[in-house]
Amino acid sequence: MGQGRGMLWQWFAVAVPYAWLLVFFLAPFVIILKISLADPVIAQPPFTPFIDDQNNLAVTLENFRFLLSDRLYLLTYLNSVMMAGVATLLCLLLGFPMAYGIARSSPVQRNLLLLLVVLPFWISFLLRVYAWMGLLNNHGVINNVLMWLGVIDQPIQILYTNIAIYIGLVYSYLPFMILPLYASLERLDLDLLDAAQDLGATPRQAFWDVTWPLARPGVIAGCLLVFIPATGEYVIPFLLGGPESLMIGRVLFDEFFVNKDWPLASAVAIILLLLIVVPIVLLQRFQSAEDDGART
Amino acid sequence: MGNQTATNKQLTEQPWLDSTAQPFIVIENVSKHFGDFVAVNNVNLNIYKGELFSILGASGCGKTTLLRMLAGFETPTSGRILIDGIDVTDVPPYWRPVNMMFQSYAIFPHMTVFENVAYGLRKEGVQPAEIEKRVADMLELVQLGGYGKRKPTQLSGGERQRVALARALVKRPKVLLLDEPLAALDKKLREHTQFELMNIQDELGITFVVVTHDQEEAMILSSRIAVMKQGGFIQVGMPKEVYEYPGSRYVADFIGTVNLLEAKIESKDGDQIVAAAPEMANHVRAYTDLQLEVGDSVCIAIRPEKIYISQNEPDNDDDDRVAGVIEDFGYFGNLSLYRVRLESGRIIQVSAQNRRRSVERFLEWDDKVFLSWRVRSAVVLTA
Ligand SMILES: Nc1ncnc2c1ncn2[C@@H]1O[C@H](COP(=O)(O)OP(=O)(O)O)[C@@H](O)[C@H]1O
Ligand SMILES: [Mg+2]
Repeated sequence: MGQGRGMLWQWFAVAVPYAWLLVFFLAPFVIILKISLADPVIAQPPFTPFIDDQNNLAVTLENFRFLLSDRLYLLTYLNSVMMAGVATLLCLLLGFPMAYGIARSSPVQRNLLLLLVVLPFWISFLLRVYAWMGLLNNHGVINNVLMWLGVIDQPIQILYTNIAIYIGLVYSYLPFMILPLYASLERLDLDLLDAAQDLGATPRQAFWDVTWPLARPGVIAGCLLVFIPATGEYVIPFLLGGPESLMIGRVLFDEFFVNKDWPLASAVAIILLLLIVVPIVLLQRFQSAEDDGART
Repeated sequence: MGNQTATNKQLTEQPWLDSTAQPFIVIENVSKHFGDFVAVNNVNLNIYKGELFSILGASGCGKTTLLRMLAGFETPTSGRILIDGIDVTDVPPYWRPVNMMFQSYAIFPHMTVFENVAYGLRKEGVQPAEIEKRVADMLELVQLGGYGKRKPTQLSGGERQRVALARALVKRPKVLLLDEPLAALDKKLREHTQFELMNIQDELGITFVVVTHDQEEAMILSSRIAVMKQGGFIQVGMPKEVYEYPGSRYVADFIGTVNLLEAKIESKDGDQIVAAAPEMANHVRAYTDLQLEVGDSVCIAIRPEKIYISQNEPDNDDDDRVAGVIEDFGYFGNLSLYRVRLESGRIIQVSAQNRRRSVERFLEWDDKVFLSWRVRSAVVLTA
């Protein structure tokens, strides 16, 4: 009896995450996939049904064909991936020394610093991006200070450029880089670094031979946590970027809510998903294969 | 002639007795402060080539700090360190001819056993073919032949310990530093590994400096022992010297078990003293080289194994003796330990070999017994 209940609990514990993924990830994905295979119509809902009047499957790959043949869409995808990639790299370059410093500080300081890292989350993301508009515009704080210091004699255009998007992306996603990096650096046994030096490694070599490989899970987790949402980011390019800034999140929004072309917008979303998920799956495959290779 | 060679042999084996011998490691007035805290306090020490030298002390007395200064991880606040005649005080760890085996072993978890052992050679720029050979030889030496491809997570505690040893030895350092090398092993494995360590040291002729809090380990392993207390050395000597001729209560008590009796000198004849020990109800005799006067307070130390226990009063007046009652005893197979209560209430510890095979107990609780010991077994301590 007791064992039966234990079995039930075990089953339950396994089932809950699967159920979660099924309801909140797979089901929406299937719905979006279905819409992406339809034609747009001016109706409610604004797309043709999956099965037509004659009980035939009414699917079309027209949306995908259109997307993949239009240079502007391809360019937008490419640009989004590139900007997200650059932002991820910048986050890594900034976040690594910060996470390293936090992990090496005294326990009291450490908690304070971690608190400071997550403190921005107490304010709405949207508000914080709006605040950057105030900081970056031609009469904003940054330009005023630079002019007052005499570095420049007239305002420089930062807001509504790609620079502003990068600033927004790095600012918003830096904590997602710092936290996993901190977690893996904090666990690092300092004796290992001493051992490397004892065996003849300079501090720099010890970093690349020991710290870096052992921090790699944190680096990968941090990069994914930044890269994935940054690729599809909508708010930052919309508020900080110029009208010509090509980010796929904006295109997606415009197709859905401005052009009301749901099928095309769904196709945009599906391709975006594939663009992000496929490399990650490959990366994970590669990594677990590498681990297995090392283990046997 | 025969006498002469005997002396020379003794001097090669015990170079610290030879005033002309060159020490291999010189620790000169070395102190280490962490803020206001003095972890190592003005230490002086000479260690000779080929020694297996132990630094023994309670946890927190500064052993690891001293070892880390030898390895180069800490810079002395004052004083200097010479290795093989070269002042290495300011030389960083990666340029010192010294390797260390860490208390935590510090094996690189992301590398295989082979890569761990090869790491130091790679940093030295040794040719791959030679690395291959030297690592294989070293793994063979520590009995890990064929373990090269394993990951550290697939090793037992004893195997990890040997990987750490191989990794430190493969660089052929002039000095190997070992921080509590056996502390993480279970008792059986520890005993086995002690002898292995001694064999390897013998084979390679490398100078070992071992830090330990385990006095038994230090006794078995070492050519000499330095007993450390609160950042300073309080006695340096061969294991036998430190055990049989402790210089202070602390050393007598820290190394092995001892009965310490407070006493006052009543008479003195050459190097023999007679002292009144209130806890003993009678006088205690002892021999000492110390310059002491009648009336001085001293401490008489007697080891449990130096005391004979019997139910019949011994009639040998050359020995000192005292009567008591068995308060408690423990059977350890090869020997038995007795706690004997004297009339004063003082408990004396006695150990006796179980020479005869018998399940019947030779002595029981509350048995009246006599304790006796050779006068030469009593050690006079003033510190
Ligand atoms: N980096 C450090 N900063 C401050 N205090 C230290 C540091 N390293 C060691 N200590 C202190 O020095 C004392 C001796 O430490 P240690 O040499 O590790 O002792 P042992 O190895 O004999 O147990 C301890 O009280 C320890 O707290
Ligand atoms: Mg220690």
